Amino acid sequence: MTDAAINAGAAPREQGPRPQLSAAEARLKKRYRSEMWFKAQGIAAIVVAMIFLVVLVGRIVAQGYTTFETHSISVPVYLNPDRIDRTALDGVNYDYIVAEAVMKKLNIQDDDLGTTSGKVMDLVSRDLGFQLLDKIKADPSVIGKTIEVTGPVKADADLYFKGEIKRSTAEEDRKLDNQQLAWLDQLEKDGTVKGGFNVGFFTKSDSTEPEQAGVLGAVVGSALMLVITALIAVPVGVLAAVYLEEFAPKNRWTDVIEVNINNLAAVPSIVYGLLGLALFINWLHVPRSSPLVGGLVLALMALPTVIIATRSALKAVPPSIREAALGVGASRAQTVFHHVLPLAMPGVMTGAILSLAHALGETAPLLMIGMVSFVPGVPEGFTGASTVLPVQVFIWENASERAFHERTAAAILVLLVFMIVMNAAAVILRRRFERRW
Amino acid sequence: MLTWLSLLFLALFALAAFLLGRGRALKAAGGASVRLHSLPNYYGAYAALWAGAPAALLLLLGAVFGGRIEEAVLQAERPAAIASLTPDRQDVFFSDARAIAAKESPSEVVYEGALKTALDAKVAESAKITATVRYSTIALAALVALIGALLALPRVGLEFRARNRVEGWINGLLIACSVAAVLTTLGIVLSLVWESWRFFQSVNPLAFLFGTEWSPQIAMRADQVASSGAFGAVPLFAGTFLIMLIAMLVAAPVGLYSAIYLSEYADRRVRSVVKPLLEVLAGVPTVVYGFFAALTVGPLFRAFFNAIGEGMAGGPLDGIAQYLMQVQNQMALVAGVVMGIMLIPFVSSLSDDIINAVPQSLRDGSYAMGATKSETVKKVILPAALPGIMAAMLLAVSRAVGETMIVTMAAGLQAKLTANPLDTVTTVTVQIVTLLTGDQEFDSPKTLSAFGLGLTLFVVTLALNIIALRIVQKYREQYD
Repeated sequence: MTDAAINAGAAPREQGPRPQLSAAEARLKKRYRSEMWFKAQGIAAIVVAMIFLVVLVGRIVAQGYTTFETHSISVPVYLNPDRIDRTALDGVNYDYIVAEAVMKKLNIQDDDLGTTSGKVMDLVSRDLGFQLLDKIKADPSVIGKTIEVTGPVKADADLYFKGEIKRSTAEEDRKLDNQQLAWLDQLEKDGTVKGGFNVGFFTKSDSTEPEQAGVLGAVVGSALMLVITALIAVPVGVLAAVYLEEFAPKNRWTDVIEVNINNLAAVPSIVYGLLGLALFINWLHVPRSSPLVGGLVLALMALPTVIIATRSALKAVPPSIREAALGVGASRAQTVFHHVLPLAMPGVMTGAILSLAHALGETAPLLMIGMVSFVPGVPEGFTGASTVLPVQVFIWENASERAFHERTAAAILVLLVFMIVMNAAAVILRRRFERRW
Repeated sequence: MLTWLSLLFLALFALAAFLLGRGRALKAAGGASVRLHSLPNYYGAYAALWAGAPAALLLLLGAVFGGRIEEAVLQAERPAAIASLTPDRQDVFFSDARAIAAKESPSEVVYEGALKTALDAKVAESAKITATVRYSTIALAALVALIGALLALPRVGLEFRARNRVEGWINGLLIACSVAAVLTTLGIVLSLVWESWRFFQSVNPLAFLFGTEWSPQIAMRADQVASSGAFGAVPLFAGTFLIMLIAMLVAAPVGLYSAIYLSEYADRRVRSVVKPLLEVLAGVPTVVYGFFAALTVGPLFRAFFNAIGEGMAGGPLDGIAQYLMQVQNQMALVAGVVMGIMLIPFVSSLSDDIINAVPQSLRDGSYAMGATKSETVKKVILPAALPGIMAAMLLAVSRAVGETMIVTMAAGLQAKLTANPLDTVTTVTVQIVTLLTGDQEFDSPKTLSAFGLGLTLFVVTLALNIIALRIVQKYREQYD
């Protein structure tokens, strides 16, 4: 650009009465144009980044919010004593009994082949059948009576009510045929099927049936795992940082530790998974896919970030505090633990919470230590098989049923809410307690 | 359970030692704690540490390594009945014996005849060994606690420098904690090298690094397709590189330009809104990006290219059109673009720090010469910040290479040696995940190859980080 400016200034002899000025003006104009252009590029970059953010969050909300509404069906079921074998309660076909009740509501008869009842069974979750079994087990005297059960409709029926499965689609391309759709309309009209908030999504664990799948098991698993991570990474990380920042002599050995920590912070998370697999599972025989082993792996992963955050919090405490404490006769340890560390605590906690939030969203290393397995219940403890929220997202994303896709997005929303809460806690902590020296 | 109970007892014992030590010190001072060398609590802490810490360490080690000791003792003597089994089956035999003894669920293997007798014998033995190891650990811990307390308590006296001793303990603890980080690295290196070494015993390292065919499934039958057991990782490296390149093409300009705009042009209000939003983008878990890539970007790109293909079909470029119409959801471009989005905040915040670290005097000098803002940025700030920005880009590359979830969910599994961004490729991390999830027999080269890939990944990212840190360090010296 400078060369161009010089050339423009060198040529202009016969350009009119004030050639110098107009050349300079032209040059200036060009420079301002390039200035505008550059600024526009910067703005464009920001706008692009913001668009990505909006599209990302918007798509997930759009895909996931429908999960929070669900449709449930309430039918009076006659527990026909002829059909229920009291000696083998588990072997009874409760789904058929429920289907019978629904057919009665619909005023239709089953044919000899059971096609109709089969079609009805495709509309109602097996959850109702399990409820009947539980009720009979709790009180066998209900056999022969009519009881009211309420449970979710099948995921496909739910998708129809939500408009995801449309009548306009050709019949053979839909999971539900015209007759089934007509039944569903009828059931909704007479109030047998009602829409409502999907409580089950928060009170149930993973299931192979989308309408019965929930995030409770994964949330509990994540919580147990984070407890382990926090109990190991925070104390060890803070104490290591205190040593390096306040006590360690400056020598090659501490340099090695320092370089090491910086490098550890940038090791890909999947490598920690390999470490966990080789060290904790194959060598120490920690139970696979347990919150314990997951917590250990994530603790190793979070350790360098906790150390780095703590060190910068300690650095922010002015030396005058240390000098004053030492001046009145405190020992080095007393200075640090009675004065410096408490003053650095807000910064330390902020860093710790942020690295725990990061650990909460981590998936890759957990795949290595067997967390992808299907775990239907709430984890029993630190050594029981469990799953965690991000892995649950991964598992559901791989599921082929369409209804799992909205659940995946909803699980992501739950995960994001937890992360937002943790980040907000960190920000509040920083705002509330941060001191400027 | 037993360990927790003994730890509880130990804690009570340490508390008693604390009170005793403190009481003894106060008694020696005649109630006037001023006469003591240290505060009374330090005497208590000293006694409690000796009473509690070594024993607690012993219990902890017992809990961690007890299982391995039991296993080793149990396997020391192998019954003749299992000699005919393969080593794998022998391991199953022993783990079943331990599982039955611990009343856990054993494997589904059925044992009959001599094997059943041998199993029952081992079950009984295992129960005995477990009891022996557990109780002897606890007995030993109790003994250590008692000796510790008995050694520490008599030393408590007027002139005893309890605080210094306690601080010595604290110092030891601090050093142990900071060594933990080094031990993690050592653990990573050792486990990767060890397992890779076992892998390289069956596969030539050169064939691994330079081979161009990757199909780790080893054929069970001779007629199986794509299961030759070839471990040439070049297609994986190429796929990783391709996706990284696409990601950097998105992340580098967007990240860098937004950093420049934020640090040089934006006023405080814009900064205070945009920076936290970028942090949100940085805080989104990668599995979420993976979901976004697989279910939103993938189908979108596919529809886009299919539509272009349909538009061009029958024209002069019919070959390309036919290809575009068959593009699938899983392609390198999708994974690369989404990974680029993920890296934008990373590049932006690193570059922002570096640009802000350029001294204000350089800007002022440039403005004083009449330069516009963009000229200052292009001619003064960027050249000054160039090493730092290079380092930031290298760190972003390292992140892209090690990123797992996005590529696992959006890139694909087919190991192809291609530079076509519309093709499905696979990466090092995807293969590690695929090889190690699901059923695995641990000693097969297929499983072990994941560690070979892991070692390569670790070395590459480590090298990138070290180079980046070096560049940053060198650059810092110029202005400080």
